[in-house]
Amino acid sequence: MTSNSTNDEPKRVAVLGAGTGGYPAAFLAAELGFDVTLIDEREAPGGVCLWEGCIPSKALLHAAQVITDAREASHIGLTFGDPAIDLDRLREWKDKEVVRKMTGGLGQIARGRKVRYVRGRGRFTAPDNLRVAVDGEVTDVGFEYAVIATGSRPIIPPPLQLESDRVWDSTAALELREVPKSLLVVGGGYIGLEMATLYSALGSQVTVVEMTASLLPGADPDLVKVLAESVAERTHEVLLETRVTELRESGDGVEADLLGNDLDESRTFDRVLIATGRRPNSENLGLEATGVKVDERGFITVDHQRRTGEPSIFAVGDVVGEPMLAHKSTHEARVAVEVIAGEPAAWDPAAIPAVVYTDPEVAWTGLSETDARRQAIEVEVARFPWNASGRATTFASNRGVTKLVIEPGTQRILGVGIAGRGAGELIGEATLAVEMGARVDDLRLTIHSHPTLSETLMEAAETFFGTSPHYMSRRR
Amino acid sequence: MPDFKLPSLGEDIQDADVLKILVSEGDTVTADQPIIEIETEKATLDVPAEAAGTVSKIHVAEGDTIKVGQLLITIDAGDGASSKPAPTEEAPAAEAEPEAVPEQPAAEAEPTPEPEPEEAETEAAPEWVAPDSPTRPDPTEPPREAPRPAASTETAPSGDQPAFAAPSVRKFAREVGVDIDSIAGSGPGGRITEDDVKRASRNRPEPAAPTAAAPTASAVHRLASEFRELPDFTRWGPVSREKLSRLRRTVSRNMAQSWTEIPHVHLQHHADITAMEELRQDFKERAREAGGNLTISVMMLKVVASALRAHPRANSSYDMEAQELILKDYIHIGVAVDTERGLVVPKIENVDEKNIIELSIELNEIAERARTNSLTIDELSGSSFTVTNLGSLGTGYFAPIINWPEVAVLGLGRAQQQAVWNAEKQAFEPRLIMPMSFGHDHRVLDGADGARFMTWIVEAIKNPMLMALEG
Repeated sequence: MTSNSTNDEPKRVAVLGAGTGGYPAAFLAAELGFDVTLIDEREAPGGVCLWEGCIPSKALLHAAQVITDAREASHIGLTFGDPAIDLDRLREWKDKEVVRKMTGGLGQIARGRKVRYVRGRGRFTAPDNLRVAVDGEVTDVGFEYAVIATGSRPIIPPPLQLESDRVWDSTAALELREVPKSLLVVGGGYIGLEMATLYSALGSQVTVVEMTASLLPGADPDLVKVLAESVAERTHEVLLETRVTELRESGDGVEADLLGNDLDESRTFDRVLIATGRRPNSENLGLEATGVKVDERGFITVDHQRRTGEPSIFAVGDVVGEPMLAHKSTHEARVAVEVIAGEPAAWDPAAIPAVVYTDPEVAWTGLSETDARRQAIEVEVARFPWNASGRATTFASNRGVTKLVIEPGTQRILGVGIAGRGAGELIGEATLAVEMGARVDDLRLTIHSHPTLSETLMEAAETFFGTSPHYMSRRR
Repeated sequence: MPDFKLPSLGEDIQDADVLKILVSEGDTVTADQPIIEIETEKATLDVPAEAAGTVSKIHVAEGDTIKVGQLLITIDAGDGASSKPAPTEEAPAAEAEPEAVPEQPAAEAEPTPEPEPEEAETEAAPEWVAPDSPTRPDPTEPPREAPRPAASTETAPSGDQPAFAAPSVRKFAREVGVDIDSIAGSGPGGRITEDDVKRASRNRPEPAAPTAAAPTASAVHRLASEFRELPDFTRWGPVSREKLSRLRRTVSRNMAQSWTEIPHVHLQHHADITAMEELRQDFKERAREAGGNLTISVMMLKVVASALRAHPRANSSYDMEAQELILKDYIHIGVAVDTERGLVVPKIENVDEKNIIELSIELNEIAERARTNSLTIDELSGSSFTVTNLGSLGTGYFAPIINWPEVAVLGLGRAQQQAVWNAEKQAFEPRLIMPMSFGHDHRVLDGADGARFMTWIVEAIKNPMLMALEG
């Protein structure tokens, strides 16, 4: 800032990892007048999210949506031929016009903000020093404050670890090398289901295997139901309460041993995608040279200001805990840097939205019905099914539901769950409502444009009072 | 306008108790006729009808606690207007009615100037660094942590909901060092507003402790000491209970707060008022003719006003948040008046600009209105120093409690003839001696400052010219 005209040397902040936690931390710190070094192995900032996560997956899911919409338009009298998929062009568009454009832009911003970008792998040698290996050369980066934002990586359970390019993790799946005839997706969480959505739209015969009794384990069953119906229609098969016990290469494909309640057999697939979870990147960082503590699951322990056991070192993002979401990292980064700048910031969100970019999308924010039950919190729930929505009906499919999780008495909105097309965009308004401490009446009395899907939030509030003009519910 | 709501009663007054409803449904009222008698923390007031008409509906009952803006009464002006539902504001008011208006022992009792958010920030953040000078924090001194329970990380699987407040309000609470989880919200459904945070900040017992002085624990401690459990007195004999009036509750809360928050110093001085009493005898007829009552209290008001001019720090307030002294350019002296309902302290404005005859008229009048319970809220707030006289009840020396946010109080006792040694004449002679007790806030004035103030008064009483020279 311009007013920072002291003669003192600005304090040095080192940020380890340039993902959605690291680069916002670096940029904000620079904006606040610190001398900032941003360290990452990749050629430009962006991290998993931009390079091999959120952004490329959403680009490809857009393509999948176009294919699916064209295919399903025959219901309303519009029949298109089968799409000719130019995989090379699709990949090039994703890599060059989406990913490189975004990451290159971040590189420019880093330069513009005078953030030193050091490409390499950083490791703490002392509580005030990072050693970065750059192409065999070693650079020391001293600091008064550091922010660890090293993120997470896909984890493959040991029985499924098979050295083969026929077995993919999410990173490999997003490279879009080929469209296999048959694809086994191991893991029915959000990554597995997004990839199942993508590859089934591209023409693969997809089988999803999930260990628990439900897709999207942990999400509210009524939201999952909406998605499960569509997944069942579009994929070859969904096997719940089933485990993959072993993988073997066989012929041109991979043989998988499947073990479920009524199932114990081997099946062969062209390719297998493992999406069973992610693990924090807290190893090999030299943390033993500092007071930073790591818990038994590998997460760095931080307080409500994102401060680690070493008072000058902060940590944000996937490496400090669930939910492993880009926007959570970014917000934590803000807290950490504000604390470094001496402000009384704290991590206290009322709601962290989560979006599953399947078709249809599933999104939730704040307290879920499932969590309320698990924590024995008494709540009331107001639900509005989308088949009563004018706007949803104008789409070919009006599958969906919007629901509010409400604190009795105060009528404060504690959480919102949405399943249906565009849920990921709708959850923004819901998150603001929860974060502002809105009451059901606030949502009901806010005029929503008609006809839109956003009305479903207002209508859900109306159903709470039994006054929805479009849906009959119990009157209060 | 057929609907009458409780009008604004002054800056810090949010609610009042309905003492008496003076009309019945069907009554015809004239404009300005009192319709409801209410009691606030400061005074008992009549609410007049704003227009003439017939009372068609009374919306409150005696004993209700009502809020500013709440619907009181509907008057049919004769044009049928009253049958219409009240305009928009009615619904929320009516809805909010009984539950949403709990007896709020909130702390708006004193007419304190509301601290601006900026002030609050500067106070609570003496060691924090403004965002535009980010080079100051020292890595060896971790920035201060917001006073929240340490367990409040997002992973803590507690059943507690996040604070019922917007993120900007939560941030503000951190900035002023208030634990938002300890605040009861005044918004709809109990939502916490920025004003609630300001109020909580203002009413903190300690200055925003710069270290993480676990506020939750101290709040618990405070509560425990405020509400120590009483024994069952009937074990020892019959008892009866009396409901405390709002005035009594206000006095008790304010005095307890002043006594626990302010480090009081008490000095006892005596003044020889023989000459002053002679002067009073000489002029009291003149005062009576002018409609006043020339008492020692009146003359002392004038002396005190002069003393305050000469010692401006005794006419100040202590801003704990900003760590500053607020010196007042006006001299409004509060006079403690004993009434049937209890203690009230109306103020006399600009005492230094009035002559003694004027003061004798004004004090007479204001004391009379205190006894007849017709003071306005305005008259009951804004004093900058207080004088209390227990002499008429026979008290000598005592230890008066400071009327916060003032920093000093002067107590007068009963003057008595005493034998005083006259060195010149080598003899005892009768002199009229008045005991004076001075209480002051040690944070602002040291004992020596207090002693100088009192000596000045003693001298001024003896030698009225001092007032002209220095006062």
